[in-house]
Amino acid sequence: MSTMTSTAVTPPARMTDPAVRFVDLLAAEWIKMRSLRSTYWVLVVSALVAIAVNLNAVHTDLTYIDQSARPGMPPYRYDPLFHGLNSIAVYLMMLAAASVGAISIFGEYATGMVRTTFAAVPDRRAVVAAKVVVVTAVTLVMGVIISTASFFGTNAMLASRHVGLSINDPGCLRAVTAYALIVPVSALIGIAFAAVIRHATATIVGLVSLLFIAPLMFGGDRYKLLKEIGHYLPIAAVDRLKENPDNPYFDPGKYPATITGSWIALGCWALVSVVVAIVVVRRRDV
Amino acid sequence: MIEADRLTKSYGDTLAVETLTFTVRPGQVTGFLGPNGAGKSTTLRMILGLNTPTGGSVTVDGVPFADRPRGLRHVGALLDAQDVHGGRSAAAHLSALARSNRIPLHRVDDVLAEVGLAKAARRRIGGFSLGMKQRLGIAGALLGDPPVLLFDEPLNGLDPEGVLWVRGLFRRLASEGRTVFVSSHMMGEMEHTADHLIVIGQGRLIADQSLEDFSARSTGTGVTVQTPELDALATVLTAEGASVRHESGTVGRVAGLSAARIGELAHLHRIMLHELATQTSSLETAFMELTADSVEYLAGDPR
Repeated sequence: MSTMTSTAVTPPARMTDPAVRFVDLLAAEWIKMRSLRSTYWVLVVSALVAIAVNLNAVHTDLTYIDQSARPGMPPYRYDPLFHGLNSIAVYLMMLAAASVGAISIFGEYATGMVRTTFAAVPDRRAVVAAKVVVVTAVTLVMGVIISTASFFGTNAMLASRHVGLSINDPGCLRAVTAYALIVPVSALIGIAFAAVIRHATATIVGLVSLLFIAPLMFGGDRYKLLKEIGHYLPIAAVDRLKENPDNPYFDPGKYPATITGSWIALGCWALVSVVVAIVVVRRRDV
Repeated sequence: MIEADRLTKSYGDTLAVETLTFTVRPGQVTGFLGPNGAGKSTTLRMILGLNTPTGGSVTVDGVPFADRPRGLRHVGALLDAQDVHGGRSAAAHLSALARSNRIPLHRVDDVLAEVGLAKAARRRIGGFSLGMKQRLGIAGALLGDPPVLLFDEPLNGLDPEGVLWVRGLFRRLASEGRTVFVSSHMMGEMEHTADHLIVIGQGRLIADQSLEDFSARSTGTGVTVQTPELDALATVLTAEGASVRHESGTVGRVAGLSAARIGELAHLHRIMLHELATQTSSLETAFMELTADSVEYLAGDPR
């Protein structure tokens, strides 16, 4: 090929081509995430609000616990897991994490940044894998902070009423773990939806439909199949896993979900999301 | 060195690029010209592996670009200055790019200084003018000190000083032995920048030749003269081997002689000239003629 060179100039002294390392992509994605204020605020604010919701819920309940302890009132068993790892808080952090995951992908497509990114790193699978790792790590930390702060905070308050739980009590470690893991799982679902849809509004609508509307449609006890499909939706899985085995009021319904099945469901949502994201991003024109 | 071999891209029934074969060589600036929608951007995206060809192939230094795990040390590209996330600062944007390719972070400051954005390094890109974004895109292309550089319409939005700077930069990059491939839909932009031209229209190759050869294709090449004694001047010039076309009673278009020679002859024969101008838009004319042909040809081609 060099015979084609029309001028006598020598090619420029090139920077040496160093070995390719995945950790460089992780660092790059970390810089990208850290340098966007929107992502940062969504994570921090939603974590603080989720913890506040849980603490406030239990704090409000203290009054009722005191009242039910009076003579003449019917006996009442308070469930610290149901109230302290609140559904409202989990919805909030699922939405936040799914959004952060989705933004990390559609933020690139919507702005055109994706072309700059892939021109710099043509190995698209590695780029998506790096995003997956960084988003998972950040949202996992967020989930662990929310879950442990909520569990230990609320049970510390309840200790004075002698109804608080320890992490060693039945089902507690499982509940805290599931409550933390649903956050990165939601983020990965967000990544997959954004990779497939690539459009901001449509992605968020899709995520809300799957995470929050679908459970309503698959919730009834009338049709076994629908109910069993419903068990594998993310919210149903985490609800089952954070269920207190000692809760006397727990009604599993006609077609109960299993603990194992719920763990598998969470794992599958994460795994399938990663595979879908890597496959669709690799194959499409940008 | 960029080599495209029967490169083809279709979107459904629409052929954006059709069996395009060309070579972009190092050591010179190659202009990539065509009207809007001719397929320039699609071609550049295929070179970068962003779009997959439906037929043919294109390689950079012998390798399909998409096969390289990291790109910045091989090809620096500015496709669209808007292909950035407005929420980041210029420094953060370039740092992420540099880090992904294991390029030392001091290069970020180097290229920002080189393109004149050192003072705007910490500002959000969203607040940049188009010209500043072009400079940022050029900075990104230079990060990896690559042997091949692609620029899609790099002069858009630049002020006159910026245009001069970019032209100088392209010349310098080429003189360093790099392959510089610059697209434009404005012939005039290429006239002072490119050594070689690849012209496409409707996705097909129209011309692949040096700037001189290309401009010689134009029927409009020549010098415009205005004189009250046009007939007398025409006689003199024709005797010298030129051809003169009368455009009005006093204005003629001369081909085959330089403006300097025409001036000398007029002076020698005491013919008064009111105007003597080299037809500077000859490239533009050649370009318009060529692309107009391709449009006409394709308009009659049912598909």
